[in-house]
Amino acid sequence: MSRINRSIDFMAKRKIAGYISIALVLLSLVSLAVNQLKLGLDFTGGTLVEVSFQQAPVLNDLRSELENAGFEDVTVQNFGSDLDVLVRLAQGFSPTVGDDVLAAIRSNDAYEVELKRAEFVGAQVGEELRDQGGLGMLLALGLVMVYVAFRFQLKFSVASVAALAHDVIIMLGLFSILQLDFDLTVLAAVLAVIGYSLNDTIVVSDRIRENFRRLRTGTPEDIVNVSLNQTLGRTLITSLTTLLVLFALFFFGGELIHNFAIALLVGVFVGTYSSIYVAANVLLAMNIDREDLMVPEKEGEIEDDRP
Amino acid sequence: MINKYPLWKYLLILVVVAMGVVYALPNLYPDDPAVQLTPQRGSVQISERHISQVTRALDKAGIEYFGEEIENNNGIIRFKHDEDQLKAKTLIQEALGQDFVVALNLAPTTPQWLVDLGAGPMKLGLDLRGGVHFLMEVDMKEALAQRNEVYISEMKTLLRSERLRYRRITREEGVISIRFTNEEYLDQAKSLLRKEFSDFVQTERTEGEELFLDLTLSEQAARDIEDYAVKQNLTTLRNRVNELGVSEPLVQRQGRNRIVIELPGVQDTAAAKRILGATANLEFRLEASSDASVLDTEEYPFRDNENRRAVLERDIIITGNSVSNAQSAFDENGRPQVNIDLDTQGGKLMNRATRNNIRRRMAVLFVEHKVKTHIAEVEGEKVEKRVPYVEKHIISLATIQSALGNSFRITGLDSPSESSELALLLRAGSLAAPIYFVEERTIGPSLGKENIELGVTSVQIGMALVVIFMLAFYRVFGLIANVALTVNLILLAALMSMMSATLTLPGIAGIVLTLGMAVDANVLIFSRIKEEMQNGQSPQMAIHAGFERAFVTIFDANLTTLLVAVILFAVGTGPVKGFAVTLSLGILTSMFTAIMVTRAQVNLIYGGRQLKKLSI
Repeated sequence: MSRINRSIDFMAKRKIAGYISIALVLLSLVSLAVNQLKLGLDFTGGTLVEVSFQQAPVLNDLRSELENAGFEDVTVQNFGSDLDVLVRLAQGFSPTVGDDVLAAIRSNDAYEVELKRAEFVGAQVGEELRDQGGLGMLLALGLVMVYVAFRFQLKFSVASVAALAHDVIIMLGLFSILQLDFDLTVLAAVLAVIGYSLNDTIVVSDRIRENFRRLRTGTPEDIVNVSLNQTLGRTLITSLTTLLVLFALFFFGGELIHNFAIALLVGVFVGTYSSIYVAANVLLAMNIDREDLMVPEKEGEIEDDRP
Repeated sequence: MINKYPLWKYLLILVVVAMGVVYALPNLYPDDPAVQLTPQRGSVQISERHISQVTRALDKAGIEYFGEEIENNNGIIRFKHDEDQLKAKTLIQEALGQDFVVALNLAPTTPQWLVDLGAGPMKLGLDLRGGVHFLMEVDMKEALAQRNEVYISEMKTLLRSERLRYRRITREEGVISIRFTNEEYLDQAKSLLRKEFSDFVQTERTEGEELFLDLTLSEQAARDIEDYAVKQNLTTLRNRVNELGVSEPLVQRQGRNRIVIELPGVQDTAAAKRILGATANLEFRLEASSDASVLDTEEYPFRDNENRRAVLERDIIITGNSVSNAQSAFDENGRPQVNIDLDTQGGKLMNRATRNNIRRRMAVLFVEHKVKTHIAEVEGEKVEKRVPYVEKHIISLATIQSALGNSFRITGLDSPSESSELALLLRAGSLAAPIYFVEERTIGPSLGKENIELGVTSVQIGMALVVIFMLAFYRVFGLIANVALTVNLILLAALMSMMSATLTLPGIAGIVLTLGMAVDANVLIFSRIKEEMQNGQSPQMAIHAGFERAFVTIFDANLTTLLVAVILFAVGTGPVKGFAVTLSLGILTSMFTAIMVTRAQVNLIYGGRQLKKLSI
C-alpha cells in the first residue's frame, strides 16, 4: 500500500463527517417516519403470484382482466423483465390461487403464460416474522455490544454499536426513500451488514488499542489518525473485493436477490465509511484516553509479544 | 527455525484438503430425472415383474429410460430428458395401478466409491428445485373444544349412572358448567368428578338460587391435549404426503402449534393443497324409525339433491376413523365406489348394529369441516377471521340386507377422482383438529432451474473478479491467497455436503459474500507484512510478525461476524437460515484457509531462504 499517501489527516475533517452522518441518519429517520418501509409480502401477509409471459403483456389490461375475474385489490407490476409479472392480491388463503390467476389471464387468448411461483403468507405469520426480525436485529446489536465491551472496553463498545446503528438506519432509510420492497432476504442482508461493518470496526479498534499502548506520545487524535492510516489499505481492499462479488450478485444473481444485493452494496459502502469516521469519531467524542486502555498486568505481555 | 512448519502440519493440511475434495466431489455429478415406485403397503414386494411391466409401457410410448433398479423395496427408473419425467409418471401409474405410489424424483449419480465413503451431494432447497412449502396451523381452541365435548358426554353418562341429578351441562370458552338444584348432589358430584376427572380444576359458584360447578382443564392437561392434537395431525399429514407420492418430503412440527410441509418437485400443487387440507370423513348412521323422539334424531340433505332429506339417528355407529384400508373401484354399472375394510373394533360395532336392524336403512354421511375466511376491520386494523363450520351430506341410504362385517363398499360418489380421493383420506386418517394454511410458497420448476443457473454464474463471476484483483495487487502473495480461496470454496462445499445442509438461493449469496470476505484475512496479513517491512524489518521477520500480529485481529473480527450469523440462524426461517448456515460455515473455513493454508504456502515458498525483498 505504499502507493497510497500514508498520512491523511482523517480526524481534521471529523466534524464535517460527523455532520454528514447526522444529516444522513436524520434524513433516513424522517423518511422512515413519513414514507415508512415498503414491507414485502413476508412481513405484510397476503398473496403473490409470479407469472412469466411469452410476449410482454399490457399491465393495465391485465389488471382489469383480473379484477373482472373477481380478484380484489389487485396490483400488477413487472418483475425483472417485461415478460415477468408479479400479481399481488389482498385475500386469504385459497388452495387454487395460482391456477385461478393463470386461468383468468389465459381467458385472454393473446397470452401464453407459465406460473413461476405463488406465495401466501398469513397476516399473523407476517406479523411474527416482523417481530422476530426486529428482535433479531436488536439482539445482534446487544450481543455485539457485550462482546466488544468484554474484549475491548466500554467506550469501544459504544462506538462500534453507534457505527452499526448508523449503518442500519441509513440502509433502512434508503429502502424507505426508494420504496424498495423490504422482505426476509433484505433483512438477512441487513444482519449480514451488521456482521461485516462490525468486522471493519473491530479491525480499526484493534489497531487504535494497540497504538494507544505502544506509542508513548501524541494526542488521542493523532493516535486515531495513525491507526486509521495504517488500516486504510486493508479497509479499502477488503471493501473492494466484497463490492466486486456483490456487483456480480447484483448483475447476475437474478431478480429474487436483487434487493438483497442492493442492501449489501449500500451496507458495505456505508459500513466502510462508518468504520473510518463514525466509530473513531464517537471514540474521540467520548474522550478516549490512554488510561482507558491501561491494563497494568497485560502491558508486559504486549511488549513481549513483539518479535 | 522461523517460517517453517513441521512436517505434520503440512500433512494435516494436505489431509484436510484431500478430504474436502473427496466430499465436495459428488456435487459435480448432476442428478438424473427419475421416477420412484413405492408399494402402497409394506406387504407388497416390488419385483422384476413390475419393472418389466413399466419398461414395456415406456417402450411403447417411446420414452428413453435407463438405470432401472430396485433398492430397499423401491423401484427407480431414470430418464435422459427432464420433460419425459412427467409423461412417464402418468404412464407408469396407469401401468401399475393403485398398488404403487409413483413419485417424481431426482436420482443421485454419485459414483459408488464415493457413496461407500459416505459422500453425497448437497440438498437443493425448494427455491432451487421447485416445489411447495406450506406452513399449517393447528386450531388449538377447536382441539380443546372437541375434547371438552367428549368429556361432557362422559360426565353426563357418569352422573346419570350414579343417579346424581343435575339441571344442565354447558360449555363456554373452555369452562364446563354443571348446574345443580341442590347442594347435596353438588357435593357428591364434586367428589365423584374429582376422582374420575382429575385433570379438571373445580370451582363453585352461585347465581341467585342456582348452584354451579365450573370445571376448567388444568394448564398441564390442556397442553397435553394440544400436544396430542398436533402430533396426531402430524401423523395424518405424513400419511397423506406419503400417499401423494413425493420423494424426500419434509413434514415437521414448528413451534407449539404449527406444521411445516415441504414437497420438492411437486407439479400439481392445487391437488396437494386440497388433499393436505382436506377434512373429509364418513359417519355411518341408521335411519330413524318413525316413532323416534325428535331429540334423538337429526335431519340431513342428500349430496346430489339438496332438497331431498332424510331423518337419521343421532347415534353414530362408526366413523371413518375405524377404517383400516380403503380402495376406490367401480361397481358393476361402472359407477365409482370405495371398498372399505374396518379394524376389529369397528367391525364388531358395525356387525352389532346391522345384525339387529336388518331391513332398516343405513346412511353414509359425508362430513367436511370447512372454514370461511374473511377479512374484518377491528379497530382500524385488518384481521383475518376464520369461522369453522361443518357440512354433512348423505351420500347413500341403503337397506341393510344382512349383517355387515369387516368389509363392505360404499357408493353414491360423484366421480372416480372423488372416490380415489376419499379412499386416500380414509387410508391416511382424519385430522384430529382443524388445520389452516398460514403460509404457502410455490416455486415453479422453471424458476428453480433459473435460480441455480443465476447462482452458479454469480459465484463464478464473483470468484473470477476477486482472483484477478488479488493477483494484480499482490502478485505471488495474491496467487497464494487465490489458492487458499479455492481451497476455501472446496471445503465449504464439502462441509455442506457432509452435513447434508440445504442449499438455497440466499445460501448461494452467502457463499458469494464469504468469497469476498474470505480474502479479508489474507489482506490483513499481507498489509501487516508490508507495514513491518516499511518499519525496517527483514522479509523473514516481517512475514513472521505479519501473521502473528494479524491473528488476534482476524480472530476478533471473525468471531463477531459468526455471532451475528448464529443470531441470523436462530431468528430466520427457510431461505434466511440457508444464508446463515453458509455464512457461518464460510467464516470457519475461511479462518482455516486464510491462516493455515496461506501460511503453509508462504513457508514452503519463502521459508528458510535468504530474502532481499518480497513480491507483495
